[in-house]
Amino acid sequence: MSDRNARSYWKANIRIVLILLCIWFFISFVCGILLADFLDNFRVGGFKLGFWMAQQGSIYGFVILIFVYIRLMDKLDHQYKLDQNETADKPHAALSTNVDTEVSQ
Amino acid sequence: MSVQIWTYLFIFLSFGLYILIALWSKAGSTHDFYVAGGGIHPLTNGMATAADWMSAASFISMAGLISFLGRDGAYYLMGWTGGYVLLALLLAPYLRKFGKFTVPAFIGDRYYSQSARLTAVFCAIVISFVYVCGQMQGAGIVFSRFLEVDITTGVVIGMAIVFFYAVLGGMKGITYTQVAQYCVLIFAYMVPAIFLSLMMTGNPIPQLGFGSELTPEYGGGYLLDRLDGLSRELGFGTYTEGQKSTQDVFFITAALMFGTAGLPHVIIRFFTVPTVRDARKSAGYALVFIAILYTTAPALAAFSKTNLLDTVNNAQYSTMPSWFSTWERTGLITFNDKNGDGRIQYVGNAEVNELTVNRDIMVLANPEIAQLPNWVAALVAAGALAAALSTASGLLLVISTSISHDLIKRCLRPHTSEKEELNFARIAIFIAVLIAGYFGINPPGFVAEVVAFAFGLAAASFFPAIVLGIFYSRMNKHGAVAGMVAGFTFTAAYIIYFKFINPTMSNPEHWWFGISPEGIGTLGTLLNLAVALVVCRFTAEPPFEVQEIVRNIRLPGEHV
Repeated sequence: MSDRNARSYWKANIRIVLILLCIWFFISFVCGILLADFLDNFRVGGFKLGFWMAQQGSIYGFVILIFVYIRLMDKLDHQYKLDQNETADKPHAALSTNVDTEVSQ
Repeated sequence: MSVQIWTYLFIFLSFGLYILIALWSKAGSTHDFYVAGGGIHPLTNGMATAADWMSAASFISMAGLISFLGRDGAYYLMGWTGGYVLLALLLAPYLRKFGKFTVPAFIGDRYYSQSARLTAVFCAIVISFVYVCGQMQGAGIVFSRFLEVDITTGVVIGMAIVFFYAVLGGMKGITYTQVAQYCVLIFAYMVPAIFLSLMMTGNPIPQLGFGSELTPEYGGGYLLDRLDGLSRELGFGTYTEGQKSTQDVFFITAALMFGTAGLPHVIIRFFTVPTVRDARKSAGYALVFIAILYTTAPALAAFSKTNLLDTVNNAQYSTMPSWFSTWERTGLITFNDKNGDGRIQYVGNAEVNELTVNRDIMVLANPEIAQLPNWVAALVAAGALAAALSTASGLLLVISTSISHDLIKRCLRPHTSEKEELNFARIAIFIAVLIAGYFGINPPGFVAEVVAFAFGLAAASFFPAIVLGIFYSRMNKHGAVAGMVAGFTFTAAYIIYFKFINPTMSNPEHWWFGISPEGIGTLGTLLNLAVALVVCRFTAEPPFEVQEIVRNIRLPGEHV
């Protein structure tokens, strides 16, 4: 992979991570803590909404976030052809630097 | 059959299973011993990670803690699950790509320095030891309460089992036993919860049950409204509203999240899957398996709190059901009839209150309180042991690899052969089991307190160092080491001051910005980041090879 490609892959990766982390922050810290008292004014069945977000909703949200991340990254890897010949690399091999990248430096 | 016979049966069966697995999965190389050969399926690894993560504290204490904290208990729930989002998005895939065995190995190589490596070894060992003592103690408590053997015998049995499969199989043995342990513990946790939910609300799903209406026998109306009303009436504060200050809850949640993402025994589980993609998937599976228990815990908390208040509130002491006196004998429930009227006054006002209830019985005594069949109580005992042993084994492996690989092989004796290294790893685990067992039998009075310590330290030392190492290629060894030392020292000093030196001062008036010692890890993390970034600005950038490592770990696949 060329250096420029690697850079744009990384940029796209960072974008995905940042967006998902904003949602992560919003469902836990904002809905579950900062706005919990306000959300308690709304009810879903026997739950006050703020209480439900704090003790249930945020956890479901976390699970969904990770699976969305997996999907988005799979797509990104595919787009940059990084999902091909990804083999079970031996732990020792990972440090070997790559010729391709060095040449394009 | 009595609870005791059932308990013997379940424990015998589950331990037999763990031993069989150990015999079947012997480790032949350090690669097997440290990372299970790197060929674990992501689903298997997710399940093992869940068992590794959910400790005796999650299983025995968490629901009880929540039932006493009300809505604020959410910081445990969000903190200990939200950390997995950080782990999946910021750490696991990159560390898998890096492909070493341990966390200190990453810190040492990425920051090209032995002092960084040694700092990391030190942190990893301290954090893991603190944790493992708690697990051994948990195992001892379960043995002593359910089998009525003394704690020492209980701990020794637990030690022998962990020793057997950890020494023989290393990570390989541990992984497959953890899968079995997950099945045991989740089944044991869900059965009483489902029973309770059906009984009280008619809904078999506890997560929905605690938002449903009570059955007519329990008086009807929404369960949480009833619980709110009862709590308010007795002066405990409304159950579904926050009692602690918002900023404290915020900081504790953040500290637990960062700490979760920085705990070495969780991180190393992601070295065992074949590819980067598998590491991401496995974090997702792990959180699903964890969420099953973590979304049930608050339901269990609400059920048992309602049950407890209903049963004891202003009731005649002499008419208490038999579980009351059973648990009174263990000292977990104490009743002191202050006004001598023979009735139990369980209220928020400490001067009038006559009943103290240990939080642990919320899970352990649930089957008896709800009058469930005897085998359910025995199942809970087996589940609690599975939770304690699975976490203990993961922690012991971290201690052993830190010593045999990072300390001996990478620092002291670089010429150690693989066979010798494997022997060192086994000896290290053996010694660690003995020390952990000793503390399990003679628990230092502060085990519960030091848990906050472990999370705070992991948050303030590892988390920022690893994240910066991946996301900021300019970060150099000076910055990283300075940051880790600053974060670690600050957090440790704050906790030691308020927990050990001056516990009477530990109240919101004296805390900085109203942050309790449990939440101070968040400030420690920020301090670590700030120091690292400033020091890094004024020192030389890392060598080319190191920047090359960073470039390499950012791309999945071998052909970068």
